[in-house]
Amino acid sequence: MISIETHNLTVSYNRRPVLWNIDFELPTGKIIGIIGPNGSGKTTLLKAIMGLVPTSSGYVKIFNQDLEDVRSRVSYVPQRESVDWDFPASVMDIVLMGRYKKNNLFKRITKADRDIAAEALEKVNMLEFSNRQISQLSGGQQQRVFIARSLAQGADLYIMDEPFVGVDAATEEAILNLLHDMKNQGKTVVVVHHDLQTAKDFFDWIVLLNTRMVAAGPKEEIFNKKLLQEAYGGKLNVLSQVGDLMKEKAFNVREK
Amino acid sequence: MEAFWIILVGSLIAVSCALLGSYLILRKMAMVGDAISHAVLPGIVIAYLLSGSRETLPMLVGAAALGVLTTVLIELFHKKSNLQMDASIGITFTWLFAIGIILISLFAGQVDLDQDCVLYGEIAYVPLDLWITESGYNMGPRTVWIASGLLLLLLLFIWRGYKGLFITTFNEEFAKALGIGVAFWHYALMGAVSLTTVISFESVGAILVVALLIVPPATAYLITTDLKKMLLLSSIFGILSAIGGYYLASLINGSIAGAIASVAGFLFLCVWVLELLRKKRVISI
Repeated sequence: MISIETHNLTVSYNRRPVLWNIDFELPTGKIIGIIGPNGSGKTTLLKAIMGLVPTSSGYVKIFNQDLEDVRSRVSYVPQRESVDWDFPASVMDIVLMGRYKKNNLFKRITKADRDIAAEALEKVNMLEFSNRQISQLSGGQQQRVFIARSLAQGADLYIMDEPFVGVDAATEEAILNLLHDMKNQGKTVVVVHHDLQTAKDFFDWIVLLNTRMVAAGPKEEIFNKKLLQEAYGGKLNVLSQVGDLMKEKAFNVREK
Repeated sequence: MEAFWIILVGSLIAVSCALLGSYLILRKMAMVGDAISHAVLPGIVIAYLLSGSRETLPMLVGAAALGVLTTVLIELFHKKSNLQMDASIGITFTWLFAIGIILISLFAGQVDLDQDCVLYGEIAYVPLDLWITESGYNMGPRTVWIASGLLLLLLLFIWRGYKGLFITTFNEEFAKALGIGVAFWHYALMGAVSLTTVISFESVGAILVVALLIVPPATAYLITTDLKKMLLLSSIFGILSAIGGYYLASLINGSIAGAIASVAGFLFLCVWVLELLRKKRVISI
């Protein structure tokens, strides 16, 4: 089964391509990381998949269909910083948005919607905060609220933009556990992630991106020096050299 | 009785403005409201010249068309040529407003529109313009009926469209990902702002309507963290401004519209200082 397929996907801003000829097929039931250096087009890729940015060429298929036909099976978690957290709303108000649909927008929120939203909050350990104003949440709590909103949609495919940025260790752990639960239920999770160090532990599958696609596949195949170097270029070189130096120093200290 | 009609019209318009203004400031579009309120002027004059009367309907259509054109132009300059949002607002509305002023002065003889009236409004004349039915029955001032109709329409819009306005205001991208027509809600809101502005024209004028659109919602924003309460509180602040403004004006024998906007500003200042003191106390505890 294929969750997301892109074919020759190209996206440009002001005629400069930020994504070039992206071609991949992602499996279902896996936790998939999209990684690459800053400015490599990770967020743009998610937005292109969700139809939020115009594409210059190529297409995206989700579960072998157009997005419009499978919208209810796909959930999108935008970057936490993309909204104003001083907005006058409670945690519950935000999570209930996950129950909004094109065809129920003019209808009232039902008891069933509230139950589903409460259940989603429970899953991220935020139920006791449901009446809390969102301006009073920490970064990690904000991220959990966003994930709860997404869970309330009851989708099969979850697309998350940098959910691990600026969150505390407890939230990171909670999110990871949640991702594994979702995977065990046969859901597919696609996560944009910028930290190479943790990527290997977090994901089963990796898409390496740097404007064009460097590689995509099970993490064992992707995590080799050649491919990483290709994606990260000089930056990785510097990083690994620093790492080597640190090791040497640590060793020296112990020797004394 | 005169005082009652004036305060009633002032309050009806203040509440309409407060409701829409709440959404404008949350969308960080307060100055777009300002722009629309000015830019509808040529629409009104053109509608007047074409229809040859001061009937409400053609004016509403003219104003709404210009209001939407304003937002389209602002977006166009901003998105297509990367001009800053505020610069694009500044260009669009001054230009359109200027055209309106020229049209009024050109056709001053034919147009029963007065520049002073357009700019500063004349709410004191409200009780003079009565709606008298064909059988000769006095229905009270016409503006009261128009302003009530507007408020009812807006209440219906916000009641039925609460979820749509809420989600597109808080997180437009997420709404888009759900397949919700974001542009529809944007233009519906802008259309509503245009309608409200043109109806407020006669009473508070093009400049002061901005005060009613922004100041009461901003005051409410200071003290609440719940959208529904914010809508309610900003309406209350709007009504208080209308009542306070009327009595302030009769006390000093000055402009009513000016007094309403001053009271709104004064209320904001009071709430702001009180909030500051309250926060200080919370911290010192």
